[in-house]
Amino acid sequence: MTEIIRLDSVERSYGQPAVLACAGVSLTVEQGELVAIVGPSGSGKSTLLNLIGTLDRPTAGSAIIAGMDVQKMSDAELSALRARRIGFVFQQFHLAEGVRAIDIVADGMLYAGVPLAERRERARVALDRVGLAPRVDHKPNQLSGGERQRVAIARAVVGEPVLLLADEPTGNLDSESGASVVELLRELNRAGTTVVVITHDPDLAAAFPRRVAVRDGRVVSDSRFPAGGDSHIQEVSA
Amino acid sequence: MTQNSSALENSVLLPSDVARLAVTGVRARPLRAVLSALGIAIGIAAMLAVVGISASSQKRVNDQIADLGTNLLRVEAEKNLFGEQTELPPETVGKVRFLNGVEAAGSVAELPTLRVYRSELIDPSATGGIQVSAADLDLLDVTRTELKAGAWLNPAIATFPTTVLGATAAERLGVVSPGAQVRLGGRSFTVVGILANSPLAPELDTTALIGGPAAAEFFGWQGNPSTVYVRLAEDDFDHVRLLLPATVAPQSPSATSVSRPSDALAAKAAVDQAFTGLLVGLGGIALLVGGIGVANTMIISVIERRREVGLRRALGATKAHIRLQFLAEALVLSAFGGIIGVVLGFTVTIVIAPMNGWPVVMPPFAVAAGLVATLVIGAVAGLYPAARAAQIPPTTALSG
Repeated sequence: MTEIIRLDSVERSYGQPAVLACAGVSLTVEQGELVAIVGPSGSGKSTLLNLIGTLDRPTAGSAIIAGMDVQKMSDAELSALRARRIGFVFQQFHLAEGVRAIDIVADGMLYAGVPLAERRERARVALDRVGLAPRVDHKPNQLSGGERQRVAIARAVVGEPVLLLADEPTGNLDSESGASVVELLRELNRAGTTVVVITHDPDLAAAFPRRVAVRDGRVVSDSRFPAGGDSHIQEVSA
Repeated sequence: MTQNSSALENSVLLPSDVARLAVTGVRARPLRAVLSALGIAIGIAAMLAVVGISASSQKRVNDQIADLGTNLLRVEAEKNLFGEQTELPPETVGKVRFLNGVEAAGSVAELPTLRVYRSELIDPSATGGIQVSAADLDLLDVTRTELKAGAWLNPAIATFPTTVLGATAAERLGVVSPGAQVRLGGRSFTVVGILANSPLAPELDTTALIGGPAAAEFFGWQGNPSTVYVRLAEDDFDHVRLLLPATVAPQSPSATSVSRPSDALAAKAAVDQAFTGLLVGLGGIALLVGGIGVANTMIISVIERRREVGLRRALGATKAHIRLQFLAEALVLSAFGGIIGVVLGFTVTIVIAPMNGWPVVMPPFAVAAGLVATLVIGAVAGLYPAARAAQIPPTTALSG
């Protein structure tokens, strides 16, 4: 299968003296996987999401996302990668107030050079896909928390990205809406999208087939390779 | 979208989307948009109103000069080399009329000892600054002074105690219509006419004019004019002008002064122009302050919208797209101000000009320059905030 994410002893340090928020992570995610990256706050999981999402570059090691070597790409090329291959879902939803759901979702393809009419058409399809067909003309303040996160997910998948990244997608939701959002992510995954979810909640992570635990900027366990049996990881952390 | 990872198309932001983003960005904070656009609007409105009012008054002066003609000369007796007041001989007007190139001539003779009052009960020191002069019957035609009411002197009534009052003189005497009696040089005179303001011979405004025969009969006037007005043919203007002093006073040509009243009007207009320049400069300062207001608003907007920028970067916007969006917002903001300013400037001109009896004139160049200045200011004001917005890192999407 095609590798969507391939991190090789990736490091990301901040400031002087350098603090390693990501201290040598090697991780491979293949197309069609549904992965939860789980760790307490301060474990470096957000840094990891930034690196996987190409919002940030490693200070050492190599990151190959959707077949592209992040280290060798310009800022504009990384923007193009995000515009065409990666979808993001955020804990705080990031929905513009006073804008109709259909236009929020259409903005998911704003930087792909698709004309507005076609963007809206595809946004309608995406909203239907997340079960919000009757809510296309509603504004964020007319939607429940769960519905808002569904709008955000529709925005992330409207451009049919190969990789969907979700940062604490259920963090601001009650358990019922949270469960429905997780079910939606599973559905999208079944339809072929690679989904990586970041969470601090072990219960949420338990709902995913593959769980990668991080702590202090390192991967401490990966359910795909029980008992730390991943030769790849052992090789680099040795 | 293709899943083939080998070819990656660039991020693209369509021009129509840039425009839409800019307009929605400004409309999202309407009060702030209006307040910051107001600075620009006031600057543009001030400049256009000043230019418009000045152009309107200029137009009026030019129309007036064109109407009155620039070919009128005013010849006066001055003091001679020994400091004595000279007199023009009684036959002056007749001699001037014989000159080639003179179309018409008329005269007034100031009678400095005479005063005019509304009635004999008025305090003799309350002269109202009104002088009494004996007028030539051609005076009105030569100076192109209009009659506001009544009639001008004619050979018949010029022999009777009758007077025609200048506009200001009539006002000060409280005479509103012909037929009233006034006390002039201790006698009763009947007002037969009232003049309108005389732009080329403003001294007539404060004068009570009586006929030459009446002046001679009642006050012993010898027939010496004090001022002669001469209307020249345009072609002969320059050389006849040189001949005039020697013609009117052959014995003391240097003691006559020749002036061109239309020059005074033109000079007054030129002074107005200089003043206009100053006011336009003040308007320009207002515009500059307005531009700073827009820059300030944009900077605050950038600081507030870090998360939005982060989200846009996550959605695939390049730095250039972010820069473009904020620059376009600054332009929309200042263009909005500019359009309000143009409307305000026009409104002020349309209200003020007719109040002064001027035609409404707004030079298209000023409007175009105002709008271009607005856009330049918007672009300059937007540059720094846009550059700052473009520097916001994409990771802001997650970290807030």
